[in-house]
Amino acid sequence: MNKPELLLTPTSVDDIIPLSEAGADSFVIGEERFGLRLAGEFSKEDVKKAIQLAHSKNKKVYVAMTGLFHNDKVDEVEQYLKFVHEAGADAVLFGDPAIIMARKTLGIDIPLHWDPHTLATNWYTCNYWGKKGAKRAVLSKELSMDEIIEIKENAEVEVEVQIHGMTCMFQSRRPLVHNYFEYQGKKLKVEEEKGKLYLFDPDRDNYYPVFEDSNGTHIMSPNDMCIIDELQELVEAGIDCFKIDGILKSPEYLIEVTKLYRKAIDLCVTDVDEYEDIADELLERIEEIQPESRPLDTGFFFKETVY
Amino acid sequence: MVEVFDRISEIRDGKRVIVKKPELLAPAGNLEKLKIAIHYGADAVYLGGEEYSLRANADNFTIDEIREGVEFAKKHGAKVYGTTNIIAHNENIDGLEEYLKALEDAGVTGIIVADPLIIETCKRVAPKLERHLSTQQSLSNWKAAQYWKEEGLERVVLARETSAEEIREIKEKVDIEVEIFVHGAMCIAYSGRCVLSNHMTARDSNRGGCCHSCRWNYDMFQNTDDKNFIPLSTENTPFTMSSKDMNLIKHVPEIIELGVDSLKIEGRMKSIHYIATVVSVYRKVIDAYCADPENFVFKDEWLTELAKCANRDTAEGFFKEFPGVNEQLFKNHSHKTSHEFAGMVLDYDEESKMVTLQQRNYFKPGDEVEFFGPEIENFTMVVDKIFDEKGNEIDAARHPLQIVKFRVDQPVYRYNMMRKEN
Ligand code: SF4
Repeated sequence: MNKPELLLTPTSVDDIIPLSEAGADSFVIGEERFGLRLAGEFSKEDVKKAIQLAHSKNKKVYVAMTGLFHNDKVDEVEQYLKFVHEAGADAVLFGDPAIIMARKTLGIDIPLHWDPHTLATNWYTCNYWGKKGAKRAVLSKELSMDEIIEIKENAEVEVEVQIHGMTCMFQSRRPLVHNYFEYQGKKLKVEEEKGKLYLFDPDRDNYYPVFEDSNGTHIMSPNDMCIIDELQELVEAGIDCFKIDGILKSPEYLIEVTKLYRKAIDLCVTDVDEYEDIADELLERIEEIQPESRPLDTGFFFKETVY
Repeated sequence: MVEVFDRISEIRDGKRVIVKKPELLAPAGNLEKLKIAIHYGADAVYLGGEEYSLRANADNFTIDEIREGVEFAKKHGAKVYGTTNIIAHNENIDGLEEYLKALEDAGVTGIIVADPLIIETCKRVAPKLERHLSTQQSLSNWKAAQYWKEEGLERVVLARETSAEEIREIKEKVDIEVEIFVHGAMCIAYSGRCVLSNHMTARDSNRGGCCHSCRWNYDMFQNTDDKNFIPLSTENTPFTMSSKDMNLIKHVPEIIELGVDSLKIEGRMKSIHYIATVVSVYRKVIDAYCADPENFVFKDEWLTELAKCANRDTAEGFFKEFPGVNEQLFKNHSHKTSHEFAGMVLDYDEESKMVTLQQRNYFKPGDEVEFFGPEIENFTMVVDKIFDEKGNEIDAARHPLQIVKFRVDQPVYRYNMMRKEN
């Protein structure tokens, strides 16, 4: 059985070594100018350093260029892609086809991972982007276990699935929090409030994290998905990469969670019985370190969505 | 003036005229709306079938109805596009080929499409159909437009987040048709990037299940220690995320000069009164500008006319300036329209000056009403005696779809509409 890769989004360069030692196989990093909702802001210098550190541990680094670009960024996108390539990144994440065009113009063959957030929902389209140069598809978070497995069965590209952490529910280009405070006639330094602001939904008794950056307003899921005790089916299906999203999490938390998932994945491959025996315990250990304001759930894996 | 691939205007007998008149594209929620949209001046309409069209609860068309719609459109020199802009899941693959073939067979000109699954399948099984990239892909840069051109698409619908300047650059750099939204409701999120409804109601927004969760009221809290949530909003000012509706009527001349190929009106769920009003105003502005751009003057009556069917405040989206607090709706998301659709003309007898009208809302003798339609200038009058079909005088037109007759001094025509101030 293939062992799936365990991917982390680190909060800073300082996380690379400890997360590598905790069991991460790969990292997604980048800067807000080109990537959306990253766990940490990595300058070009940081990117170079992170790549060097990760490579020294035989780990991979992917750089996020998942933004929805307007004309003003088209040239910069090309320059940044060139930089990422020269810095030795192992792949670039993209959603906007402008990246495919830029890669062609530059004549470089850096691998691409297709990560359009909400749009990767069927196997045919994953394969379409595969033909356009994507080596991997990062699936949308709103899919059920059955849908994910069917995609994997039919995919000609690698398949990545998020298994832990927060997900995004909404992105607007507008500064909605700013506008709201202006409407109330109040002032708030919204940039300083990342990770502290929540929208409360009284009907569902949920708190949704909300933050603003140069890409607009982002509203996040009220719970952290966690399927450390339900990995077996995905491993057996041959999913190529499992992602733990580190956004709005502390390095200490991420290191602990990485260790636990490392153990779970290794056991799924080498000793399924043992995995089944300790799966509940692994989940409990995550519950112990889980922030009070972030309940755990199983995302969309076992939910039925209609339309 | 921009240098675009096809010339927008030329000088004829010393006078500049617009030679590239853009398409006016209107929504068709059902057959009646399709006919009204075309009758009131739409060059093209877009409609959806049951399965693939992102309006799970709009009236949807069967293939036979699409065929009938296409026939009607062709007779009037208009086009029909099929909306197939869901972000498909595996389960939507089955049946797709048949559906696209049926659309092609029904004579539809093209499809509006977001998912490469449907783009590619269409190329393979229904190659006669044009493919237009849906706004669900949030296309907002010229490089991406170039990409879709190379993929063989005829047209791209731009993200609602693109500005006039950005549209100009896209038209200058890429030889592809560009369609923009000019009027109607808009998502406050990037299209396709909102899954609020998936989380809150287990309905997939990218397959038509959106529950407008953005317009609900929320309370804002601050939490710095993982335990205590401190309220930042008061009961009177809940947090909400509604965008004012788009209204670019004043910018139609600039949009034409930018070389935009199609001006799209949103609203497959809207009433025929709304469609007729909005389409006819845009029709008038486009025609007036194209006929004589140098002497064109914007008439305030066009704004007044549009306001008669609006139930939400409007703004200009991202077209000129980045939208701020004034482009959002906080307390009242909608209000009553100033006018109400009262009836549709079925027939008019020039000799007796009697109109035969289908009632759409209550009216009675003595009410002041306004008639409008493509053949006439708007006029108001006071309703005199009303008769039923058999010629018996009645005290009011009370019943929906009831056929009534009364005297109208000026001639009116079939499909003209009558409205009444609220
Ligand atoms: S909830 Fe609002 S922003 Fe989201 S898809 Fe629906 S209308 Fe658009």
